[in-house]
Amino acid sequence: METILSLKDLTKKYGALTAVDKLSFTIEKGNVYGILGPNGSGKSTTLGMVLNVVNKTSGEFAWFNGNTDTHEALKKVGAIIEHPNFYPYMTAAQNLALVCKIKDVPKDKIDEKLEIVGLLDRKDSKFRTFSLGMKQRLAIASALLNDPKILILDEPTNGLDPQGIHQIREIIRKIAAGGTTILLASHLLDEVEKVCSHVVIIRNGKKLYSGPVDAINASHGFFELQAKNMKLLQELLIAHPGIENVSEKENIVTAILKEPMDAETINEYLFEKGLSLSYLVKRKESLEEQFLTLTNQTPSA
Amino acid sequence: MLRLLEIEYHKLRYSRSAKILVFTYFILITFIALIASIEFNLGAINFRVADQGIFNFPYIWHFNSYIAALLKLFLAIVIVSMMSNEYSNRTLKQNLIDGLSKKEFIASKFLTVTVFSLISTLFLFIVSLILGLSFSDFTEASIIFSDMEYMIAYFVKLTGFFAFCMFLGILIKRSAFALGFLFIWWILESIVYGVLKWQIFRDSEIADNIARFFPLESMSNLIKEPFSRLSAVQTAATQLGSEFDKDYGIHWDQLLIVIFWTTIFVFLSYRLLKKRDL
Repeated sequence: METILSLKDLTKKYGALTAVDKLSFTIEKGNVYGILGPNGSGKSTTLGMVLNVVNKTSGEFAWFNGNTDTHEALKKVGAIIEHPNFYPYMTAAQNLALVCKIKDVPKDKIDEKLEIVGLLDRKDSKFRTFSLGMKQRLAIASALLNDPKILILDEPTNGLDPQGIHQIREIIRKIAAGGTTILLASHLLDEVEKVCSHVVIIRNGKKLYSGPVDAINASHGFFELQAKNMKLLQELLIAHPGIENVSEKENIVTAILKEPMDAETINEYLFEKGLSLSYLVKRKESLEEQFLTLTNQTPSA
Repeated sequence: MLRLLEIEYHKLRYSRSAKILVFTYFILITFIALIASIEFNLGAINFRVADQGIFNFPYIWHFNSYIAALLKLFLAIVIVSMMSNEYSNRTLKQNLIDGLSKKEFIASKFLTVTVFSLISTLFLFIVSLILGLSFSDFTEASIIFSDMEYMIAYFVKLTGFFAFCMFLGILIKRSAFALGFLFIWWILESIVYGVLKWQIFRDSEIADNIARFFPLESMSNLIKEPFSRLSAVQTAATQLGSEFDKDYGIHWDQLLIVIFWTTIFVFLSYRLLKKRDL
């Protein structure tokens, strides 16, 4: 798999305050990632560091396996941070033309991208006349101008009305469906749930979890298992009535539970069927609980 | 390099206030020509400024570069605001995210500053040439193109001053405060000079020798006031029994000091931008 971005022990200190604490994760091509954490948890600082606007204190990050300079790499990235920032005295099209010049890409995609975000009819209006929702959509159009390898969105729906939120999510979904890798920072659980396939949860600058979103959704927890005969293991798990979903990644089988079950039970069950495990861990709802304390939300499901 | 200039040109060309200020600046330079039409009628004596030799080659290079340099404040406003607006609109952040490096950002701004100075110098050259050809008593090519170092000094002076403005724009991030700071800096230099001159090193040249290394003072020292060099003034002074013994020339060491400051300001701007979190 192609690695787009990797972080290793990335740290940012503002004086005595540690905003990002030894954060490590990897973004692979083709997935939709969410960075989830409450306000002030270090999401924007992390993105700021990889986007060349915040100086890191220590640690490393590398774009595209580290073969290019950060600012050259950023030409292949589309990113929006917090507020849409444009020149207020320029029209939408003029602003996008400037971005084309900075990114060194031809200008012929401006209309196409404005069409995607539904702003084509306003292309000649000055940026300062735009509503927040329109500004945010223009920012997305601008981030798409170079057909980026990865689209980075920081709180894209923050401060928007429900209709605006819906529009932005629709746009993101459309882009994701087209195969673009997306990294979405948000403090909203349901936003990440609805849009992302993978999630990194951080609090106080520390990583609490990273992995697939499905795994967190499991309301009865899940097992992580490993055995010599992985194929048999999966077959046996699928056959078990108490297990809802079985998936394998990096040689570890994840079994999401339909009903409460102890680790002993599944171990006995598998042993009876003649399979001995080399690895078994039960993860309970702890992640969801963490999720809730993080976001102060009640589960929507 | 052309890409960087294009980026900056794109930012400026749509800004109405920048356009108005730049336009006003160049109009005002041409207004130097209006001095020619100043006439006094003191009873029987008809006094016409243009006839006093201010448009004679090569003196005109000195006179016009001095007068035109006074107008640089108009461009200074454009430069300070083109820096600080990048902060207040947060577009600097977006520029960097879009893939401009910090070095490129400073380079694009400094290139613009240089181009502004260059255009102003060329413009002044043309205006002076036309004025001189219309009013000068001497129009031989060898005389016309003597004292060209005033044009070089004008260019260096403008570039230095604008580099200072650029640095202040980045340092202070608000255009009004940056311009205010420029003014305060000028007062500070005057106070320090005054203290040196009248308190510490009385009756000696040491104060002047120190002050010529101050940024603003070094720039204003490049082209000295041209009025006392006028033949009419010189004659009057001789009659009154005092004599001007002043060196009006452009000095290479003085040019070097300004170039040194220009480098420092560009470097400091870069350092500041590099160290700052946006």
